[in-house]
Amino acid sequence: MVPLSYYLALSAVLFILGTAGFALRRNIITIFMCIELMLNAVNLALIAFSRFLSDLGGQLFVFFVIVVAAAEATVGLAIIIALYRNHESLSVDKLDSMKL
Amino acid sequence: MAQFAEAHFFLIESVVKIIVVLFVLLTAVAYVVWLERKVVARIQSRWGPYWVGPHGLLQPLADGLKFLFKEDIVVQDADKVIYWMAPFLAFTLAFLSIAVIPFGGSFQLFGHTIQLQITDLNVGLLYVFAVTSLGVYSIALAGWSANSKYPLFGGLRSSAQMISYELSLGLGVVGVLMISGTLSLRGVVTPQVGFWHIAGIPFLPRWNVFRQPLGFLVYFIAAIAETNRIPFDLPEGETELVGGFHTEYSSFKFAMFFIAEYANMVTVSCLATLLFFGGWLGPLFGPYWLRVILPVIWFCLKVFCFLFFYIWMRGTLPRFRYDQLMAFGWKVLLPLGFLNVLGTSFVIAWLHS
Amino acid sequence: MAILFYIFAAVAVIAGLNVVLQRRPVYSALWLIVVLCALAVEYLLLGAVFMAFIQIIVYAGAIMVLFVLVIMLLNAHHEEPTHGSQFAQWLGAPLVVALLVEIGVAVWSWPGAAHVNPPPLRAGPKSVGDLLFHQYVLPFEVTSALILVAILGAVVLARKES
Repeated sequence: MVPLSYYLALSAVLFILGTAGFALRRNIITIFMCIELMLNAVNLALIAFSRFLSDLGGQLFVFFVIVVAAAEATVGLAIIIALYRNHESLSVDKLDSMKL
Repeated sequence: MAQFAEAHFFLIESVVKIIVVLFVLLTAVAYVVWLERKVVARIQSRWGPYWVGPHGLLQPLADGLKFLFKEDIVVQDADKVIYWMAPFLAFTLAFLSIAVIPFGGSFQLFGHTIQLQITDLNVGLLYVFAVTSLGVYSIALAGWSANSKYPLFGGLRSSAQMISYELSLGLGVVGVLMISGTLSLRGVVTPQVGFWHIAGIPFLPRWNVFRQPLGFLVYFIAAIAETNRIPFDLPEGETELVGGFHTEYSSFKFAMFFIAEYANMVTVSCLATLLFFGGWLGPLFGPYWLRVILPVIWFCLKVFCFLFFYIWMRGTLPRFRYDQLMAFGWKVLLPLGFLNVLGTSFVIAWLHS
Repeated sequence: MAILFYIFAAVAVIAGLNVVLQRRPVYSALWLIVVLCALAVEYLLLGAVFMAFIQIIVYAGAIMVLFVLVIMLLNAHHEEPTHGSQFAQWLGAPLVVALLVEIGVAVWSWPGAAHVNPPPLRAGPKSVGDLLFHQYVLPFEVTSALILVAILGAVVLARKES
């Protein structure tokens, strides 16, 4: 079987891709998707730990992460729709009405 | 050496099963289309296809040829990659779920036990739900990529409709899963063997539909909505949206959507048969080979009844309005599904205490 | 089995790169679905059968459909080229590499990471369900409240003001 460190490395690479996308992209929906990518990287690490430490608890953590991600997606996308209605744009650069 | 032969046998067995099942499924799809045209025609006091072959029996072949030779029009402003991908996705996903559907018991051949099923997954039902839940993309993306307003409306409607009704589809099945305690589609049939007796006389087969009538109703209505059939065919409602999500598709790509829709109908009917109507169970008699063949025939007969019901409904019912469809899904079907799960769990807890 | 890990790891990384690099949100979303499916296969390889299917049904089949639906609804075609944020352009890449190195060192210097042969683990729907409804029943109930709040929040936020 592939050692645990390989799974952790894959998870780290995906997480960093998500972080990079979060910092580089300007479209708010894409940024949101990069967050989902980061969540998934963490899920992979949790499942790998659960397997190699023989503890099902890790898988239940993933279960809860998915549930929370669903809740987060509904609210987040609703916020994006509301934002689009008010600003007619999805670019985060233009959403600066809270700036001094 | 023995292990090597075993692996070879497994490989050959799998390939033969896949080819046979795919061939049967494709033929079945073609003739369901023929059956639909015939039955709907009789419901509307017409004759239906009659010219190609006796009783129009070669009509599916003629239709297929026509689809192949029509000009393939690609819309100018379409998103080319996704526009090409969507029909292939629909086609593939429609045929993936048949892999876990058992259509008979098992039999002995050259000292091997052969199961009449491509593969028996112990989470078969989850697999089918996973595949059907991905089916939304093909329709949503087909609607979006054509860059045209009617397909876009069809695609948006269908994504909303399919997400809404997927919940009820799952909830309708939960009751059966609680009774049988397995997610394997083969395992779900086993508890349905035998009869209920009244005064020592076999009275009713132990099919799940008699224990879970509400669950079956919820499942079947949701299944019709999932396959986009009348009275839930809003995504392609031709009188209001031209052709819905596949308005801009022509020729072979259109045929792929068409085949996918009917393949989905067959899958959903197979699932209903397995979960609620005892699968391949039925009276058995005669020599060994007949006892192997008969279950397959019972299974096909039951599936055929469901397909006929689908067509019958198409000839009878008008289409929902969109707000009615959403209200029905969320305010009627979903609460009924929850009620069924709750009731079943109380009964099971009461029986166990 | 090992070869499957490498194939799907490569698929996940390539798809992940595309999520970040594609200019159109729809393509990003589609590549993200590919990542999700590749990760589901990795879960299967790790024996987490139930979570693999939940990943596809809930994540790829419901959450990502919402994303695609919103992208279609808002007709988000191209991303507008950015003018601000010089910081991200010049410091972003070095910081990413630094983070990668840091995590790599942390993983490789940890003795537990070389684990190769774990004891077998039963992770079917039954054992996951047992654990969920006994030991973790309180978090489970709390998440149901969370989902209710999320539904209400989404309805309030997305409703048109009359």
